[in-house]
Order: sequence, then C-alpha cells, then structure tokens
Amino acid sequence: MNQFIRHVAVAAMLAASAGSAFAQANVSVKDAWVRATVPQQKATGAFMQLQASADSKFVSASSPLTPTVEVHEMAMQGDVMRMRQVQSVELPAGKLVELKPGGYHIMLLNLKAQVKEGDTVPFSLVFEGKDGKRETVDIKAPVKALNNTAKPAHANH
Amino acid sequence: MNQRVSTNASRRAFVLSGAAIAVGALAGCSLKGAVSFNGTDITGADFGRDFRLKDPTGQERTLADFKDKVVLIFFGFTQCPDVCPTALVRAAEVKTLLGPDGDRLQVLFVSVDPERDTPEVLNAYTAAFDPTFLALYGDQERLAETAKEFKVIYQKVPTGDSYTIDHTSVTYAFDTHGKLRLKLSHSQSAIEYAADVRKLLHAA
Repeated sequence: MNQFIRHVAVAAMLAASAGSAFAQANVSVKDAWVRATVPQQKATGAFMQLQASADSKFVSASSPLTPTVEVHEMAMQGDVMRMRQVQSVELPAGKLVELKPGGYHIMLLNLKAQVKEGDTVPFSLVFEGKDGKRETVDIKAPVKALNNTAKPAHANH
Repeated sequence: MNQRVSTNASRRAFVLSGAAIAVGALAGCSLKGAVSFNGTDITGADFGRDFRLKDPTGQERTLADFKDKVVLIFFGFTQCPDVCPTALVRAAEVKTLLGPDGDRLQVLFVSVDPERDTPEVLNAYTAAFDPTFLALYGDQERLAETAKEFKVIYQKVPTGDSYTIDHTSVTYAFDTHGKLRLKLSHSQSAIEYAADVRKLLHAA
C-alpha cells in the first residue's frame, strides 16, 4: 500500500515536470514551446508565460541544445522590426509576463542540429529576486511546428 | 425565445444594412473609380516595379512569372523567430480564407540574409508554411538593389558571436497585372489581408 502511494506520488511528480506547468518557489513557467527549425537553420525562438509571486526579474536561460541562448526583445519602429538582446525581463509580483511573438523571446543561436516538432528542449531559467537571490527553474519545452501560431493551447481567457 | 427572435431580427437588419453599405460602396466605387482597402493604397507608386531574383532551384524570377495572380511579397530571413514566421502563418491563413481563389495567390518570401539562407534552407522553410510559397534570393548586390527598389531597409545587428537582422516588415500586394497596389502592415490580420486580396482578384 505504501509502495502504491509512493508510486502515485512519483507519477504525479513526473507528470508535473513533464507537463509545461511548473510551479515551484517564486516563479511559475507555463505554456513553454520552441519553434521547430528546418535542416541547417541555425536559430529559433522559445516562448512561454512567466509569473512571479514577488517582484523579480528573468535574467538568463541556458539549454544543452546550444551554448548561445539569449533573451531578446522585438520592437517595431515604424514598419521596421528590430530585435535586441536584453539584460533582463521585469516580473512584477503576480503579473503574467508573456514571452511571445511580438515581444520577448528566448533566442537559441548557433544550433548544431535541426530542432524537430515533437522533440523536447530542456531549459534552465534563472530568476533574480529583489534581494538579489537567484533561483533556477528547470523546464522542458515541447517543440511545435514552424508554422505554429502565437496563441497558446488554451488562450481563451 | 423572444430574445432569440429579436437577435435574429437584428442580425437580419444588420446583414441588410451591411448589404446596403456594400451596394453603396460599389456605387461609390463605380463613380469615383476607387475601392477602399485595409492596406495603404499605393497604386501608381514609382517604386517596387519589378525584381530579378533566384528561386531555390536557381531559376531567375521576375514579376512577369506570376501574371494573373495576386502576389504578396515579404522580406525576411529564416533565423528570424518572430515576425517572419508570423507573416508566413498569416499568408497561409489568407490563402485558406480565399478558398478556391487561393490558387490565384502567390506568396513570395525574399531573403535579406543570403549569407545563411541557402536555397535548401529557404525551400524547406517556405514549404513548412505552404508548398506553393516561393522563396527568392540574390547575392548581396542584387539584394541591395531589390531592397532599394522596394523601399525595404535591412541591417545586420551583431548579437553574441552571431547576428540578427532588423528589417522592414511590410507586405506588398501586386494585382493580377503585376502592378504594385498595396502596402500592408505587420499589425493587420489575415482577414484584413484576405479581404484586400479578394478585391484585387475580382477587380477586373
């Protein structure tokens, strides 16, 4: 019986970490996804929703896929699209901050291999609280088709 | 029950008034010779007259190759994570929205990154959105000429040991006679794009 309970608990933990929802400590990460690439395409973007329980900021991301992972912001200046690396993304307490097309994204550069739809990409996301304390959240983001739209799976709220 | 009846009635009234507006618009159009578009009407523009670029098979292409089709042309690069896939997803939606008329739409994607966008990458990239979409490229010199002709800006921006490219994100629409007609913004929806393409296709 005890063993059964333990199995259920482990299964639940696995399910929680395998799914896109990950709520631990201060920052929750939801609906993470990576845009698939075609062969020899060397860069792509990752998108997700971040929500911090206390004022903090998202400072960096890393992934075993490539050593070059940057946080970028896209901005339109008139008709011209500009993309820039940012040092951090502010996460005001309780506010849902979306990394999505038309705003912030995580950029994976110098890719060595194709990122295929259905694959899973691990990320370590680093957040910093007002007290300067850093927290790392590990997530696994599913790879979605190149032509996936910006809308998350359950966007109707 | 009552509410449903009144909703239907008001919907009918709405549809009727919509039809009246449409008729009015058509009448206005025949009088003034102007159709209103969601995009910016740039009919008669002295730029964006033509291009001479290669498709991924190496064949040279000009506007004349797409006669009798409405052409949507967009400049971008495959490593662009945001604007370019969004523009191409929208173009695919436009084609779907057009239904059977979709066969008379040609979407062209001009690479502003010929250094990294090889013909193989370009071909696979546009095909991921729609098999009929065509990527075009030229050497740096040809690209510079083409961008100038289309009033498109592109600029390499170093990031880490790689680079990204700032670029103009408008989509231009050519009519079935190969004349530049509209400039559409990145902020406009597939529905707005499709309505304009339909008008270009059906304005004989």
